[in-house]
Amino acid sequence: MTNLFEEVKNMIVEKLHVPPEKITEDAHFINDLGADSLDITTLLMEVNEKYGIDIPDEDAQKLDTVGKLISYLKEKLGEK
Amino acid sequence: MKRRVVVTGLGVVSSLGLSVKEFFDNLLEGKSGVSKITRFDPSNLEVQFAGEIKNFPFIERFDIKLAKRTDRFTQYALWASLSAVEDANLDLSKIDKTRAGVIIGSGMGGIETWEIEHQKFLKDGPKKVSPLLVPMMIPDMASGQVSIYFGFKGPNFCVTSACASGAHAIGEAFRLIKSGDADLIITGGTEAPITGYCISSFANMGALSKRNDEPEKASRPFDKDRNGFVLGEGCGVVILEELNSALKRNAKIYCEICGYGASADAFHITAPDETGEGAYYAMANALKEAELSPIDIDYVNAHGTSTKLNDKVEVMAIKKLFKEHAYKLLVNSTKSMIGHLLGGAGAIEFVVTCLSVYHNKVHPTINLDNPDEGMDLDFVRFQMKEKEIFAAINNSFGFGGHNACLVVKKFVGG
Repeated sequence: MTNLFEEVKNMIVEKLHVPPEKITEDAHFINDLGADSLDITTLLMEVNEKYGIDIPDEDAQKLDTVGKLISYLKEKLGEK
Repeated sequence: MKRRVVVTGLGVVSSLGLSVKEFFDNLLEGKSGVSKITRFDPSNLEVQFAGEIKNFPFIERFDIKLAKRTDRFTQYALWASLSAVEDANLDLSKIDKTRAGVIIGSGMGGIETWEIEHQKFLKDGPKKVSPLLVPMMIPDMASGQVSIYFGFKGPNFCVTSACASGAHAIGEAFRLIKSGDADLIITGGTEAPITGYCISSFANMGALSKRNDEPEKASRPFDKDRNGFVLGEGCGVVILEELNSALKRNAKIYCEICGYGASADAFHITAPDETGEGAYYAMANALKEAELSPIDIDYVNAHGTSTKLNDKVEVMAIKKLFKEHAYKLLVNSTKSMIGHLLGGAGAIEFVVTCLSVYHNKVHPTINLDNPDEGMDLDFVRFQMKEKEIFAAINNSFGFGGHNACLVVKKFVGG
């Protein structure tokens, strides 16, 4: 689980095409990383694929920062 | 006072070059851009060659995020549009963007993206389909993305009429400027149809040449041994501008676009009407709007696909309209070298037509070794010709029976 942040960061770099140094726990996907709803959906599809989960739409809407996504994943993956 | 419309910028993406200069130089030299397909393994296909663009460094001019969000047909349009804007020396901070439009035609849109995502849908299920499928695939997205890139807020849409899409787009843009709805429009046509799926359909309908052993000789318009067209890809874009707006900023003027004629065959989904009536009326209507007589025309950039029927019918229509003057015309087919760009064809061939009027140089029709029976016009065989070109007409005919012809003439002030 220690590598979760790094793993998510790599996915964000690849899908959102932002420099790694901009990706912090506080970074807001739309305001700080220049993403739009299509980018976020594409990123979450990748996350679902990688961790074998299925983030429901109502949860996805709340995950607007990198930190919130990481915490959500920790909880979700802990349940597995 | 009647508003006049001139061509002030050109841009292309082609198998013979990614700049207008390289493209036109190669055409004048009679080089072929047709070759064996290398983008994917074509070995299970009946037709294994095309006018394929081997190297397209999109991210040298645009960012990677835009590359990931656009199908190839849109990338071609962005590239050609940027080239045309640069060629026109447009200062984007000085133009009224609410009066600037984008109208880029496409016959197929993002068929490559469609195929990739459809495979995911069948193999892995609905959850795996990209949310970007629709905005990447829809054929209007070339016009959409180009307007977003330049911030143009004037008229914006896509024209689709198969192989006449590019010509119809330019014709509609011309009319919008003429009628006062816009002062400047980036217009043309784009296509990226080289995929296994698309080639299979064209091959199975018998439209494509199957000369796999000699790809560069497969596109042979008006020749006795022609046996179908060759699929090509790419884009042609022009900047159309209202004359006074062009003069005010001291723009380079390639030529004046002065006529657009459109008609339908109302005959068959893929075959042309063998009487040539549809083609005849499109040309006649374009000349009428241009207020020119057939004898004023020096050059015809033909649709010239290299199919048995098209070439026969087109030559018949040219003879019917131009009568004895037909034998004084120069008639060539750009498709003999780059293949058929479908929705991009009418536009890239319009770029060629503008260049010929501007430079007084007409490229050859290659592979025309033995003109077929009745093919007795001056098709500029083997070698390019230098000749004063005052006015020219550019023909495009599409599946569905859509015909569009554009007339340009040398720009003379006053």
